[in-house]
Amino acid sequence: MTSIILENLAHAYRPNPSSPADYALKQATQIWESGGAYALLGPSGCGKTTLLNIISGLVIPSQGRVLFDGKDVTHLPTEQRNIAQVFQFPVIYDTMTVRENLAFPLRNRRVPEPQITARVAEIAALLDLTADLDYKAKGLTADSKQKISLGRGLVRPDVAAILFDEPLTVIDPHLKWELRSKLKEIHRKLDVTMIYVTHDQTEALTFADKVVVMSDGEVVQTGTPEELFERPAHTFVGHFIGSPGMNILPCTVSGTNAIVDGHTIALDAAYTPPAGARIELGIRPDFVHLAPHGTGLPVTIERIDDLGRHRIARVLLDGRKMAVTVPDSLSISGDQASITMLAHRIGIFADGHRLNPAAKEA
Amino acid sequence: MEKPFNNRAWFMVLPVFIIVAFSAILPLMTVVNYSVQDTFGNNQFFWNGIGWFKELLDLSSELGGRFIDAMFRNFLFSFLILLIEIPLGIAVALAMPRQGWAVSVSLVLLALPLLIPWNVVGTIWQVFGRTDIGLLGWGLTSLGIDYNYVSGVLAAWITIIIMDVWHWTSLVVLLCYAGLRSIPDAFYQAARIDGASRWAIFCAIQLPKMSRVLVIAVLLRFMDSFMIYTEPFVVTGGGPGNATTFISIDLVKIALGQFDLGKAAALSLVYNLIILTVCWVFYTVMTHYESKDGRARP
Repeated sequence: MTSIILENLAHAYRPNPSSPADYALKQATQIWESGGAYALLGPSGCGKTTLLNIISGLVIPSQGRVLFDGKDVTHLPTEQRNIAQVFQFPVIYDTMTVRENLAFPLRNRRVPEPQITARVAEIAALLDLTADLDYKAKGLTADSKQKISLGRGLVRPDVAAILFDEPLTVIDPHLKWELRSKLKEIHRKLDVTMIYVTHDQTEALTFADKVVVMSDGEVVQTGTPEELFERPAHTFVGHFIGSPGMNILPCTVSGTNAIVDGHTIALDAAYTPPAGARIELGIRPDFVHLAPHGTGLPVTIERIDDLGRHRIARVLLDGRKMAVTVPDSLSISGDQASITMLAHRIGIFADGHRLNPAAKEA
Repeated sequence: MEKPFNNRAWFMVLPVFIIVAFSAILPLMTVVNYSVQDTFGNNQFFWNGIGWFKELLDLSSELGGRFIDAMFRNFLFSFLILLIEIPLGIAVALAMPRQGWAVSVSLVLLALPLLIPWNVVGTIWQVFGRTDIGLLGWGLTSLGIDYNYVSGVLAAWITIIIMDVWHWTSLVVLLCYAGLRSIPDAFYQAARIDGASRWAIFCAIQLPKMSRVLVIAVLLRFMDSFMIYTEPFVVTGGGPGNATTFISIDLVKIALGQFDLGKAAALSLVYNLIILTVCWVFYTVMTHYESKDGRARP
C-alpha cells in the first residue's frame, strides 16, 4: 500500500542526451495512488519497461525523483524498496521445490522459520499452489511458474507494489484469461499497488483501474478504460485503443462546423483551434453509422466485416479509409452509402492533442 | 513430397563405412588379435588365449603390479586436476567481465594455452622448471626451496599438475562462461528483488544453470587427463623412478620399448574399457539425476 510519485522523471540510456529523441523516457510527473491497479500500455519500445525498471530500482533515472509514500527512493537499491516484480519469462529457482521457491525471499531476509512456513502456506493457498508445494518448480507449466514468481513477491508481508512486465507473454492463450482473473482477485484481496506493463490493450483494459498509455517515451493519457475509450486525449490513444481504432480525418474547423474535404460536419460545440496547427477530427467507429445512400456523407463501401456481435463496414470517404458501424436493421445493396456521425462523440485534435470546446475553455 | 524408395542408396554410406573400417575398426581388431597372441619378433605369433589378461589382472605378477600402480597414479592425477580445475574454472568464469572490450581480451588470453600443442606445453614446463636455466626452478631453488622434478617425487607431481591446470583450466572457464552467459538478466534482477546474497545467487541460479556444461567439462577433463601421455613424457619421462608413469606411458614402454605386443594390446584394451566404463557411469548418473530433477507433476 504505497503511493508512487514520479517527479520530473526522465531517462536516457546514453550519456549527455541533447535532443528529445535521445530520451527513452521524456520528462514528466506521474502520481499513482496507493492500492490502485495500473496498466502501462503502449507499443514495443515506447519506454514502458524503462519506466517499470526505474520504479523497481533496476534502472536509475537520469533525472527526477521516485517517491514511495513521500520517501525518496530514487537511489535505493531494489532489495530495499519493498517491491516485487514478475518478469516476462518465468523466473524460478530450478533446483528448489515450489515451497523453497516461495520461502526464498523470506529466508534471505532471515525471517524465523515458523513464520515462513505459515506465510508460504497462506500464499500457496491464495495462488492455488498448495498441491504443488513439494514438487520441483522446474517441472511445472509456464502459468504455474508465473504464479510462483508472483508468489515470491506476495510472500513478503511488507511488499508495497507488484510490478508485472508483460507477464502473460509465454502463457497459453486459454490460461491467460484465468491467470489475469487471478491477478484481479489477488488485487482485491490484498490491496497492493499493482503496475502491469503490456502492449495488449485487452489485457490492460480488463486488468487495470487506470490505464497509462505511453507512446514514444511519453505518457499520452492516464485514465480509466472508459475515459480512454470515450475521450481519448490524443489521436494515438484513439488509434491504439479500440478495435478497430478511432477514425481520424484531417479537417478545418470554423465555429461549430468541421469541414472534411468540403463536407460540412456539425459539431456539438464551437472550437477555436490554434493557428497553424494540424487539425484532425476523430470519432470511434461505434459512433459512425452506415445509412442508405443520400442520407448523409456519401461513402463507398469496400467491405463489411461481421464481428459476430456487430458488423463493421470499411468505407472510403473521398478516398479516406474509415471504419463504421452497420446498424442491425440496415441492408445495403451496391457499394454506395452514407454515414451519419453522432455529433457529441466527435473529438477535435490539434497536433494530435484533444481540444476542449471554446465555450468551456473560456 | 513423394520420396523414391531405393535400397541402392545404402551404397552412399559405403565411403564412410570404409573410412571408419580403416581408421577404427581394423586397428582395434588388430589390437584384439595381438592381445590373445605372443610373439618373439619376425612376425611370428603364437596363440596365448586370455593369458595376457590373466596376468594383467593378477596383482602379484610383474605386469599386474605395474598396471595397478599406473592405474592408481592415473586416478590420483585425474582426481587432483579435477579438484583444482573445476572450482578454479568456475571462479574465473564468475570473475570474467560480462561486456565490453575486456570480454574479447580475456577470451583470447584464456584460449591461448588451449592452442598450444601438448609436446610444446611439456617442453615449456620442462624448461621452466629446470633448476639451472628455468625461471621457476631457478627461482624456487634460490629461495631455498628444495625443488627438483628430476629427483623429487613431490616436485614432479606438483609440476605436472600445475602444468595441466595451466593448460586446461581455460577449457572449464570457457564452458562455464558460456553457461553463465545463457542466464537471462531477469534471473539476477529477480534474485536482487528477493534479497538474495551473492552466495545465494550462486547456489540458486548460477550453479544450477551451469550444471549441464559442468557435466561436459568434468567428462572432457576426466577423459583427457586419464589418457595423459605427452606432457609427463616430455617433462619427467615417467620418473623419478616410476613416480609419474601413467598407464599410457607404461603402455608405450611395453609396446615399443620391450616390444611385448601381446601384453600391450591386452593393457590397452583394459585401459580403453576403464575409460568407457567411468564415462558411462558418470554420464548415466548425471542424466538420471537431471531427469529425476525435472520430472513433471504426475
